[in-house]
Amino acid sequence: MSRKISMKQAINEALDLEMRRDPTVIVMGEDIVGGTGAQGEDDAWGGVLGVTKGLYAKHGNRLMDTPLSESAYIGAAIGAAACGLRPVAELMFLDFMGVCFDQIFNQAAKFRYMFGGKAVTPVVIRGMVGAGFRAAAQHSQMLTPLFTHIPGLKVVCPSNAYDAKGLLIQSIRDNDPVIFCEHKNLYGLECEVPAESYAIPFGEANVLRDGDDVTIVSYGLTVHRAMEAATALAKDGTEAEVIDLRTLSPIDWDTIIESVERTGRLVVVDEAHPRCNLATDIAAFVGQNSFGALKAGIQMVTAPHTPVPFAPSLEDLYVPSADSIASAVRRTLSPKGARSIAA
Amino acid sequence: MAQNPFPLGKDELLKAYRTMRTIREFEERLHVDFAKGDIPGFVHLYAGEEACATGIMMHLNDNDRIASTHRGHGHCIAKGVDVHAMMAEIYGRSTGACRGKGGSMHIADLSKGMMGANGILGAGAPLICGAALAAKVRGDRGVGITFVGDGASNQGTFLESLNLAAVWNLPVVFVVENNGYAESTAMEWAVSCDSYVDRATGFGMPGVTVDGTDFFAVYEAAGEIIRRARDGGGPALLECNMVRFYGHFEGDAQTYRAKGELEAIRASRDCLTILSERLIEAGVIGRDELQAVDREVNALIEDAVRAAKAAPLPAAEDLLSDVYVTY
Repeated sequence: MSRKISMKQAINEALDLEMRRDPTVIVMGEDIVGGTGAQGEDDAWGGVLGVTKGLYAKHGNRLMDTPLSESAYIGAAIGAAACGLRPVAELMFLDFMGVCFDQIFNQAAKFRYMFGGKAVTPVVIRGMVGAGFRAAAQHSQMLTPLFTHIPGLKVVCPSNAYDAKGLLIQSIRDNDPVIFCEHKNLYGLECEVPAESYAIPFGEANVLRDGDDVTIVSYGLTVHRAMEAATALAKDGTEAEVIDLRTLSPIDWDTIIESVERTGRLVVVDEAHPRCNLATDIAAFVGQNSFGALKAGIQMVTAPHTPVPFAPSLEDLYVPSADSIASAVRRTLSPKGARSIAA
Repeated sequence: MAQNPFPLGKDELLKAYRTMRTIREFEERLHVDFAKGDIPGFVHLYAGEEACATGIMMHLNDNDRIASTHRGHGHCIAKGVDVHAMMAEIYGRSTGACRGKGGSMHIADLSKGMMGANGILGAGAPLICGAALAAKVRGDRGVGITFVGDGASNQGTFLESLNLAAVWNLPVVFVVENNGYAESTAMEWAVSCDSYVDRATGFGMPGVTVDGTDFFAVYEAAGEIIRRARDGGGPALLECNMVRFYGHFEGDAQTYRAKGELEAIRASRDCLTILSERLIEAGVIGRDELQAVDREVNALIEDAVRAAKAAPLPAAEDLLSDVYVTY
């Protein structure tokens, strides 16, 4: 049975289904139950934006509120994973990664290699990413490149409810540490989602729109901006292929290369800062492996090299827009495309 | 034979002595071989501190987890990690405990409940909270022990974990191995309180300070708080005051120590001497029996070094393996 639900509901459903299926799945985080130890309602919040609302009633103490101690409880989730549980730890805003990153990149990510292949650390660390929420510089970042840089971590960033459910189920079943990035501005977005359980394999990008003139690669919120740009470009007769990466580590190089070999033009859109991000990574890979197929210089559309501003008027300029993506596509189509520099 | 005044039978006493002697010989041999240039990388020796690891680990089984430190060889040996595999690991060989990919600072054997030495100070405390949580969820009566030095006791991870373990009522024992030095910096200067018992009290758990050079003091104090944790009584902190016979790392000239300090602690605070004298004085174990253990341990370490040196290096393709389970 399929029905329209939001990405927030899809994530809740994935957690519920996996907790039903596997008694070793536990969920922990700050206020993920909400109100623990307080006089009012149990399950008062269900997460700061209500993503885990209702799960406590179904699964009781397998949902655990934590003290505001990211290093301690993220580390505890990792330690529990190394001892046979499958914890899902919510970091609320992934910006808080700065508080506890040692436990993730020096501990979880390295156990398997450092211990000679003998460790398995099936932990999922999920939390919000992305700008557009008027939440300013410390609650809005797209820090995905920090995570993709680290060997041993897998990085997932869905763009819709269907993918969020299938990718989160896969993340929980996966035997490696997964950073699951949820764009807060997509939580309310609805699409058709089957009620039953399904897993989407990692490393398989989704081609959302076919086209032979240019390839647009993105992930998360900016996938939707890319689709808007593609619709606008189609009115001028330009057919863009839009690829939603879905997982950033592993990444589906084959789908990107196959598309660029056919279109000869590439625009990479990344909400992260411009230096050493997914866009530069993909541009470098394509430049090295498909240089002969390129008809124009690769264009990158990213957030600027600035913190996320608070003022709505500025923040709206910060996130790559459909217009900026369409402009980048047009640059690849211009006679000077090969030499053009992003405006 | 005199009546045994100790809380352990003769076999267990011999086991404790053998463990401590094995750690000592292992570390003394590394000290010599490192100076010869045989061993790559950083090595931090546990010599002088053997009573602490041994007195605690005598209460544990393979189902109990420990999270160790950069100075982890003693914890590994006391927790039952194979000495040959440890030596091979330190020599970077494919027969090592981590197939040569971890080295001295990352020796682990999850099958023995040894969750790894750790190059990040204080990082083991959150991890052991997770291990203890897993034991609690399973209801298997397992406990988790994490070790920090007096230096890492100031890490936020450690302090946060004291709070988390108390709030979640986890079966964890936090062991502060107070050897007086955070690398080269004096504990008296770097730790803001006079007593770790005060810190434990501040986090709502019992704290105990013992003479960490006295095997029996460690053994008895650890036994009580481990039993309490196993029975669901929650976390506790154990401070072991002890001495470090070598530098922070091998190659450390230790110019921060007072003149004569090392000679004095070796003469009066050697936990192995203290244990063996007590065993002999009580007439429970003869000097000849201890010397027989010494000879066996010598042969074991000698063979471990020989085997490590003869073992193959990791294959070139091992560079790329075991990053992920699947990718």
